[in-house]
Amino acid sequence: MDAFINDRKNQILTKGKDDATIACGKASVAGSVSQRACVFCGSRVVLYPIADALHLIHGPVGCAAYTWDIRGALSSGPQIHRLSFTTDLKEKEVVFGGEERLYKALISLIETYKPKGAFVYATCIVGVIGDDVEAVCRRVTRETGIDVIPVMSEGFNGTKKDGYKIACGALAKLIGTDTTYEAPEYSINILGDFNLAGELWMLAEYYKKMGVNLVGAMTGDGRIDDIRKAHKAHLNIVQCSGSMIGLAKEMKEKYGIPFMKVSYFGIEDMSDALYEVAKFFKSDEMMEKARTLVKEELSVLLPALAQYRQKLEGKKAAIYVGGAFKAISLVKALRLIGMKTVVVGSQTGNVDDYNLLKEMCDDGTIIVDDSNPNELSEFVKQTGADLFIGGVKERPIAYKLGLGFCDHNHERKEALAGYEGMLNFAKEVYASVCSPVWQFMK
Amino acid sequence: MFENAPIIKSTKEFTATRNACKLCAPLGASVAFKGIRGCVPIIHGSQGCSTYIRRYLISHFKEPVDIASSNFTEEATIFGGAANCHAAITNVIGQYKPEVVAMTTTCLSETIGDDVKMYIHDFQKDSQLKDLPRFVTASTPSYQGSHMDGFHEAVSSAVKAFAKGGDKGTHINIFPGFVSTEDLRQLKYLLSDFGFQFVMLPDYSETLDNPIWESYKRIPEGGTPVSAIETCGSAAASIEFGTILNYGALSGRVKNSRLSSTGANYLENEFGVKNYRMPLPIGVKNTDRFVKALEEISGKEMPLRYMTERGRLIDSYADGHKYIFGKKAVVYGEEDFVVAMTTFLDEIGIEVILAATGGESGRLADEIKANCPERGEQILAKNMFDYEKIREWCIDNKPDLFVGNSKAYYIARELDVPIVRCGFPIHDRIGGQRIKHLGYAGTQDLFDQVVNAMIQYKQDHSPVGYKYM
Ligand code: SF4
Ligand code: SF4
Repeated sequence: MDAFINDRKNQILTKGKDDATIACGKASVAGSVSQRACVFCGSRVVLYPIADALHLIHGPVGCAAYTWDIRGALSSGPQIHRLSFTTDLKEKEVVFGGEERLYKALISLIETYKPKGAFVYATCIVGVIGDDVEAVCRRVTRETGIDVIPVMSEGFNGTKKDGYKIACGALAKLIGTDTTYEAPEYSINILGDFNLAGELWMLAEYYKKMGVNLVGAMTGDGRIDDIRKAHKAHLNIVQCSGSMIGLAKEMKEKYGIPFMKVSYFGIEDMSDALYEVAKFFKSDEMMEKARTLVKEELSVLLPALAQYRQKLEGKKAAIYVGGAFKAISLVKALRLIGMKTVVVGSQTGNVDDYNLLKEMCDDGTIIVDDSNPNELSEFVKQTGADLFIGGVKERPIAYKLGLGFCDHNHERKEALAGYEGMLNFAKEVYASVCSPVWQFMK
Repeated sequence: MFENAPIIKSTKEFTATRNACKLCAPLGASVAFKGIRGCVPIIHGSQGCSTYIRRYLISHFKEPVDIASSNFTEEATIFGGAANCHAAITNVIGQYKPEVVAMTTTCLSETIGDDVKMYIHDFQKDSQLKDLPRFVTASTPSYQGSHMDGFHEAVSSAVKAFAKGGDKGTHINIFPGFVSTEDLRQLKYLLSDFGFQFVMLPDYSETLDNPIWESYKRIPEGGTPVSAIETCGSAAASIEFGTILNYGALSGRVKNSRLSSTGANYLENEFGVKNYRMPLPIGVKNTDRFVKALEEISGKEMPLRYMTERGRLIDSYADGHKYIFGKKAVVYGEEDFVVAMTTFLDEIGIEVILAATGGESGRLADEIKANCPERGEQILAKNMFDYEKIREWCIDNKPDLFVGNSKAYYIARELDVPIVRCGFPIHDRIGGQRIKHLGYAGTQDLFDQVVNAMIQYKQDHSPVGYKYM
């Protein structure tokens, strides 16, 4: 490990060897090839799926160009969110200010696209040149009658996590603004699911079968009007990628809505996500429906999984994903198909997450925070992993070194949540780990 | 169940850019720097820029792309990035042991006025480390020009940093521009077959298109060595592809009158190395022009193999011409690529009805007129276009074919028009980095694809289908 960056030593530990608590939540070291993005990225990820809103990125062209429709968040209706709007600042604005340009951009876009609301993301440079984005948003709100919400997400102002917070703040401004709505019995909001490859639709279907009513989804397949009335729901279900827990807490304080953390990956966590809701509503009938649903799903899923498990038994996996909670679910999901986790890490985990991971994993498992290609490749070699689970930036590392890869981030186009997702996951892992192509690379 | 993004056919001027047909300057600079041997690029600014740029490049090249960031925080943004710059260099040296460290700035570090050159100077002065790497810096604020301006700026910075004068040699310099890794390899074969010693800058043909590895390579093999770049000043000539180059960086300048020049420009002015500037060799005419220059410089004739390639290409022009004559194409992407591609389509009888770029030079129309003798006068050429403008325009002027990168896929899908993918980026196919464009062989590949796209379209839309051409 000699060539690793020295300052990072306490962000890496090996289960069974190191007793220390992992260090995390630190800014990345200068000069590292971190896999992390920025504050803006965090905000953009969270708000992106709101499909009937205009998302305008205020800054030079890059931030918008690189995030144009890269996520797999689907909408069942409008598709405005898939367009990438930017004020594309030029030197003139950098010198003299970009407020006028922002104003004009907003007016012409709103006139044309008639969105239900608009989010304006301030990127790094806007923070430096000092545009009063909030004032411009207020003015446009006044003049157009739609909510234009500033998202002050200058990239340098913290980490991706801070971006989540800012996005939640933006949502909080909308929540509670529809005062006419009354929710039916057993109403929930789903928080922190982004409807990647239509996953939300699956979840909504499960809950519907249990007799649960969905008020708003934040933000997968989200709609401005649903978010406005979300304060009327009886329960918030938070997919704990960490991105929306802040909002759930705020809604609890402000509107008294309790929340529960769940994960939809792997059958144990998915089933718990259903049972817990029935428990919360104290309805035996609902619990019965949930049990039936799970039984039905498993009666299809488990036999289908068996053949993959047989092939994958004893294979080793390395996990490096954005959120640590996802990593936790993945460790369980991998176990279900017979695989062992030998490396696990995340970009944004906190101490509790890492402690839980440490508890769950076998001795010798490497646990790491905010890693980089150098380290990751070293870890997979050391541990002899057969599979890497990560995002687009990790994919070529895995392939280059001759191991299978499974994409598990915001950009994926395959549904991996729920029971159907578990089967997709097993299929994908099998297709990669057991492909004959690796014989040429060993 | 899925709606298309709303179709807007207004002629309204949007102040906003809607789906930009360009990228930002540090991306181009990073690609160019990746073509120097042993080089690790550092993007001096906040973390997001480098992560996004890496992600974007990885998607196209399907390779690990290590680019470091100096990871600005709020503090650096307020008090300047000197400390981050120094820490970044130290950490990169520690981890990568690079031969070259290349710093490229972002909008942010430029705006707060970071003097990267001075930071590096101080670093070199104070450093206790033995064997410091060589340094090169490029100034790449994205509010001045696009990724192509960044690319050429980086090439020119590397030349300025390393090239020396000296007695004239027989070797030549070749500045290929932002082309595919396969294009770079093809160029190298051609030059070698001609018997040239040459310096190609940049050369990312290996660094961004590697074979498999046994263990992770911090720095992939390949790239132009600094020692070779040093000899650029004593070359017999330079050949530079592109006629627009980084001209876009000059438009809209407010405060900085520093004129951008290309690497070849600089060598000509500074060391008297004659520069042959020409469009990218796509198509017979453009490639002939390139070959003629090589013949002139070397005093030798084109090797037989390429005569045959040329002959075969023209033969296929005859075989395929009917299926494409008069078809209407839309070409889009970076400016020099659009100029060359339009020239090629012009010479095979396809009517380019729109040539569009997000580039800002304002010279696209003139260059197209100058290089497309068949229909150049009638081609609508648009600078500072974005994909939504292209989309709106295409809804009214239904083209038969799109030629360009993968980003217009959604428009092609909506209009049910085939798309021939070429250029950068190709994000929805494998092998995008290996697509051949240049020379007779590259043109051959493109020609076959264009004709076959038309034939397939016809087959797909024929009520019975047919098995013979
Ligand atoms: S700030 Fe500038 S350099 Fe960074 S991504 Fe945005 S446009 Fe590119
Ligand atoms: S400019 Fe700032 S906001 Fe934009 S990508 Fe870079 S770090 Fe993120």
